[in-house]
Amino acid sequence: MSCCTPVSVEIPSSPRIPGKIRTVALVGPPNSGKSTLFNRLTGLRQKVANYPGVTVEQRVGKLSGIGRSDVLLIDLPGIYSLSSYSEDARVALEVLHGTMPGTPAPDAVLLVLDSMHLGRQLMLAGPILELKLPTLILLNMTDVMEARSGEVDSLALAQELGAPVAKISASRGTGLDAIGNFLARKNAEIQRPLQLPIMGNAASYRQWATGVSTRTKYKAPLSSETSRRLDRVLLHQIWGPLIFLAVVITLFQAVFTLGQPLSDGFQALLDSAGAHVGAILPSGWIQSLLIDGVWKGVSSILVFLPQILLLFLFIGVLEDSGYLARAALIADRVMRAIGLNGKAFIPLLSAYACAVPAIMSTRTIENKRDRIATILVTPFMTCSARIPIYLLIIAAFIPNRPVLGVFFGMRAAVMLGLYLLGFVAALATARLLKSSILKASSAPFILELPQYRLPTLRSLGLRLLDRAKVFIKQAGTVILAVTLVLWLLSHVPTHGGSFPQLADSIIGKLGLFIEPIIKPLGFNWKIGIGLLTSVLAREVIVGTLGTLYGGDPATQNLTLQEALRHDLHLGGAIALVVYFALAMQCTSTLAVVKRETNSWKWPAVQFLYMTLLAYVAALAANQIITRFF
Amino acid sequence: MALSELGIGQDGIVTKLELPDDVQHHLMHMGFVPEARVTVLRRAPAGDPTVYAIDGLEIALRRDTAKAIRVRESKEFEVTDVRER
Repeated sequence: MSCCTPVSVEIPSSPRIPGKIRTVALVGPPNSGKSTLFNRLTGLRQKVANYPGVTVEQRVGKLSGIGRSDVLLIDLPGIYSLSSYSEDARVALEVLHGTMPGTPAPDAVLLVLDSMHLGRQLMLAGPILELKLPTLILLNMTDVMEARSGEVDSLALAQELGAPVAKISASRGTGLDAIGNFLARKNAEIQRPLQLPIMGNAASYRQWATGVSTRTKYKAPLSSETSRRLDRVLLHQIWGPLIFLAVVITLFQAVFTLGQPLSDGFQALLDSAGAHVGAILPSGWIQSLLIDGVWKGVSSILVFLPQILLLFLFIGVLEDSGYLARAALIADRVMRAIGLNGKAFIPLLSAYACAVPAIMSTRTIENKRDRIATILVTPFMTCSARIPIYLLIIAAFIPNRPVLGVFFGMRAAVMLGLYLLGFVAALATARLLKSSILKASSAPFILELPQYRLPTLRSLGLRLLDRAKVFIKQAGTVILAVTLVLWLLSHVPTHGGSFPQLADSIIGKLGLFIEPIIKPLGFNWKIGIGLLTSVLAREVIVGTLGTLYGGDPATQNLTLQEALRHDLHLGGAIALVVYFALAMQCTSTLAVVKRETNSWKWPAVQFLYMTLLAYVAALAANQIITRFF
Repeated sequence: MALSELGIGQDGIVTKLELPDDVQHHLMHMGFVPEARVTVLRRAPAGDPTVYAIDGLEIALRRDTAKAIRVRESKEFEVTDVRER
């Protein structure tokens, strides 16, 4: 699935007017609450793109959250310093200096610092204040810090830094009027800090930051007792891994027990909508095109929206609550055994959503060989584009029988098995790569464990909305186009004004042509066409099958599940999901791999390896199942 | 002594990082700088990595990395040592 949000914000190109603030840069270290603040300040009016030539995300929005829609807010990547150690820092520096093409030079800076770790976060204040731009310092989470008996004298800090300081809470939205006041100030005078550190050296910034925090009577808060108490259980030698497993199992079971009724309801709704529209349309080729072609194709994929959103809701809760970092800690031992950097866990985990952003996030891995190995195995992780075909096949072929009591049924077990298959393939491939063409010494594992916190409805809601938009956009563009072309190809050539039998149409001929290659896998020619179209994107297969079966008089009146049962046996069905677990069917991923590795070699290797592996594994699955069941 | 030699609940003061520049730089920005106090919090279920508390943060490091971070005993520790003698 592609991963971009629709563009609705224009970047002004007019020149700077002295004394008037039009563009503001939002700067802060990672985990300072910068993104929460950005969402709070801009609302939903934001635009996400990449900076030219690099993979760093550019987020801009209008300050409509505080009633200043005339001001553009640029969210810079989270950085610890401005030294060009990372690509993120280089991008931040270019934007702040106004030398980034296509991005207006900022007139002012909002510097967000997490007051929970002010001693360290102040290190970034030095280089930012040296830019001599009007700067407002936002001490985030002061409410929590003070509740945990931390302290800071914000007036003394403002004096020390020569810049206004405001205490805020980005998650609660308190203290934000300070930003409006700061922007309204005419001729904001830039004072000089009392004493700035020597440029460019981490130790000197540290020394300066320590001095400032001592003089402003900063007292770091106690680490949350709740977090430590929770970790005593969640990272316990025995309970830790058990809870980890229980969480994963619950996740998959919930997608079925809660998601299935939702999906069924949604399907009924979509079907009746289609039937209503179909009744209005005159019967003939237009009705056939719109209802049997387009609507069957697009709605067969849309019905999976509730289940996908449910999965993302659960993953969002785990991530926002801070549990995912603990999961990375528990999993590190396994990651190391296969020779992957512990940091690879985060890209691999986010690949459960989509491999494209996951591959972009491998930039945090410093070692180049480690990074390429991670990029190559990432698409094996079960991304959300695989969910529709998995759910379809499982619902059609796997009986709903309990396995581990009532809480863990056979369908959830098969689903979990498919996720494990992808994971094992990733691990085995990594092992293979690291012991052959990508041998390298192991890089360090440095992981920050955030405090546990309750996820906010707002951030979960935004996440789901974003996902839903991407999914619907995909269904409305790629899948719509594919179903249109498919309908056309399955209705020509016409014989004396009437449509051909599906097998006699162009698409049928093509399917029958490749059938000998896929027959050993237990697939018929319709599945073969699905395999061809889904090279674009995995979820396209469901729309394709919807259109093909919808256009065939033999299966026209069956649901897609019934039609599949009519056409496939168990071996072929399992082989199909095994094929999807392993094959490389995503042009967006191939494009991003090409861009990140800067060569066609790696995407080509990846495509051939994955497709071959998928073919062999699907062949084995079909042969074994037909022989023994 | 190395950070990896500290037991759970023990404190140390960072003296030196014997790591490649880029790793050292990254760790310094997470708080591992000379004179910073570090406490060993807990080990992961598999016994490694270990979670350390430093500057209000909890950071997990593998034993290999912790071996390259030199620490000395913190002052409170030295005081108790003297009393025991």
